[in-house]
Amino acid sequence: MTETMATPSPAGVVTPRLETRGVSKSFGSVLALDDVDFEVRAGEVMALVGDNGAGKSTLIKCIAGIYSMDEGEVYSDGQKVSINGPKDAARLGIEVVYQDLALCDNLDVVQNMYLGREARDILFRLKEPVMESRTAEVLRGLSVTTISSIRQQVASLSGGQRQSVAIGRAVMWNSRIVILDEPTAALGVAQTRQVLDLVKRLAEQGLAVVLISHNLHDIFEAADRITVLRLGRNAAVFERRAVTQQEVVHAITAGVPTKVPGVGATETEAEA
Amino acid sequence: MTEAELAIGAPPPAERNENSVGAIARRRWESWKAGDVGVMPVVIGLIIIVAFFYSQNSNFLTAGNFTNLMVQMAGVTTIAIGVVFVLLLGEIDLSIGYVSGIAGVVVAKLQLPDGSWEVKGVAAIVIAVIVTALIGLFQGSFVAIIGVPSFVVTLAGLLFWQGVILYSIGDQGVIVIDDSLINNVANYFFSDTVGYIIAAIAVALFALSTLLGVFSRRRHGIRSDNMIVVALKLIGFTVVAFGAIWWANKERGFPVAFLMVIVLLVFWTWVAERTTFGRHVYAVGGNAEAARRAGINVRNIRLIVFMISGAMAGLGGVIFASRLNSVDLNAGGGTILLDAIAAAVIGGTSLFGGRGRVISALMGSLVIATVANGIDLLGYSSAIKFMVTGAILLAAVTLDAVSRRRLERAGR
Repeated sequence: MTETMATPSPAGVVTPRLETRGVSKSFGSVLALDDVDFEVRAGEVMALVGDNGAGKSTLIKCIAGIYSMDEGEVYSDGQKVSINGPKDAARLGIEVVYQDLALCDNLDVVQNMYLGREARDILFRLKEPVMESRTAEVLRGLSVTTISSIRQQVASLSGGQRQSVAIGRAVMWNSRIVILDEPTAALGVAQTRQVLDLVKRLAEQGLAVVLISHNLHDIFEAADRITVLRLGRNAAVFERRAVTQQEVVHAITAGVPTKVPGVGATETEAEA
Repeated sequence: MTEAELAIGAPPPAERNENSVGAIARRRWESWKAGDVGVMPVVIGLIIIVAFFYSQNSNFLTAGNFTNLMVQMAGVTTIAIGVVFVLLLGEIDLSIGYVSGIAGVVVAKLQLPDGSWEVKGVAAIVIAVIVTALIGLFQGSFVAIIGVPSFVVTLAGLLFWQGVILYSIGDQGVIVIDDSLINNVANYFFSDTVGYIIAAIAVALFALSTLLGVFSRRRHGIRSDNMIVVALKLIGFTVVAFGAIWWANKERGFPVAFLMVIVLLVFWTWVAERTTFGRHVYAVGGNAEAARRAGINVRNIRLIVFMISGAMAGLGGVIFASRLNSVDLNAGGGTILLDAIAAAVIGGTSLFGGRGRVISALMGSLVIATVANGIDLLGYSSAIKFMVTGAILLAAVTLDAVSRRRLERAGR
């Protein structure tokens, strides 16, 4: 985290922390992504929205190295990079917090934070004190104060606390880009608030944050910019301050008026 | 009983800043209420069982019966350690009974003086354990690589290895073991002095590891242990270790087989709770998908666990063969399989995977051996023994299911 703090939120024209250009991906005859551009800057929360099947998950999985792109280029801090697998993504500091969390209920908070990357000595012995103090430090750094004991099993945590642990795990490995897939989907009002605050704090600490959500209220609460995908194409990119929810909804359902293609025009009325 | 419990009784996981005796007790109580019961129910059950049999027959707690009990349960406890690992993954291994029989057959055949490949003593035991570990690896590969349910793979193993035992012993019906080292595994008792030396070494090691843990935590400033609790633990361990040796010395002495069991328990507890491998076993048992996404090689973890299961079954089989000084057509049969699995479950290892401790192998087989021994002393038939053990097993599994539900509800 010290590393991410070192690059403070820049203003004005900046090279994006991560940028994709012209990404296409098809599954058999289905074109899931068609020439999609996307970018996220350090220190901002970029929301990625779109209806079901708009290509959000596909784009994220391409960036995370789970799918390979058919076409397209990826730039990290302006440098062209190639992502050919999850390892490459991890090396670029890309961490994804998936919707279904991927925590082990039977392990405690520390054990989950270090899962698969345990601190150990040459005899494979775990260094519990190191892991415990570092976990406490990371969670404190994110102002996660609702977890009373980090030696508590994750099974006994609330949904918001679990989400905090998953996010904490994503940011503790010198990550530079954190992608959150529907982080508030299953949460109540108070817990949603906690998680959104945490998301904003990540950006304040200089990380590039991508927030995928269906909930426009959450997006207008936390995001700085909004990228809209529709039917696998770019529909629009908005500055959050310069746009209303209506406009975003319209972009999601009908695309931006000038760019509306003939297809899907019939669906437009249903949502509106 | 509590000797080994304390020997393994690693410093309890993470007490926070609050470290008065009362606060520690309160936190323990909270986690029990939430369903995280651990080995507590079986300890309580054991006390009740011992009290009951002692009230019925005062021979129950004699030194002679005590040493008997230790030897009786050594084999099953050893096998049950392997079962704990398999259950932690949420899998099952039904082949362990006859795989243990295979190990018995291997040592018996290797030590035969007329054989062209006569191998004696430790070498024979090592070969037998390697053979059974490979059997475990073979069966595990069907589970881990191909994805065949472990229940079916090891059920096939149960049939197959029973056939192999019958085939290889053949018409003789029995192979007598003459090798004195192999026979000593279950029949040697330490002299009084050696027994006390062992107790002293155990106490020294326990004190050292406890204090190193205390200092390491203090250095990292995560929490300070309550020194009263630490002192009580050390004193308790010392009393139990020397008490057990003193009690055993009144009769034949401390059996080497039980020392072996304790060393195995300590070693595997260390593996399960202090190494990355152990951590990954718990992770795979808790949520295999999460483990996979965290970069853990789930397949290798499964393969290694089935190897451990095979190896421990083999070692248990050597103890059984040694105890009888022979192997016969019944090797690995009888109640070995069911006792070993029941021991792990009664001791508090969850059948749902991800929860349990190696020590539960000892606690569970203590319950089973105590009940069996007590019922024998009271002169009841084995019919009663089966019924009682069955009832205890049902109670243990029910408790597991209930505590699992409570744990799940505690979160939301």
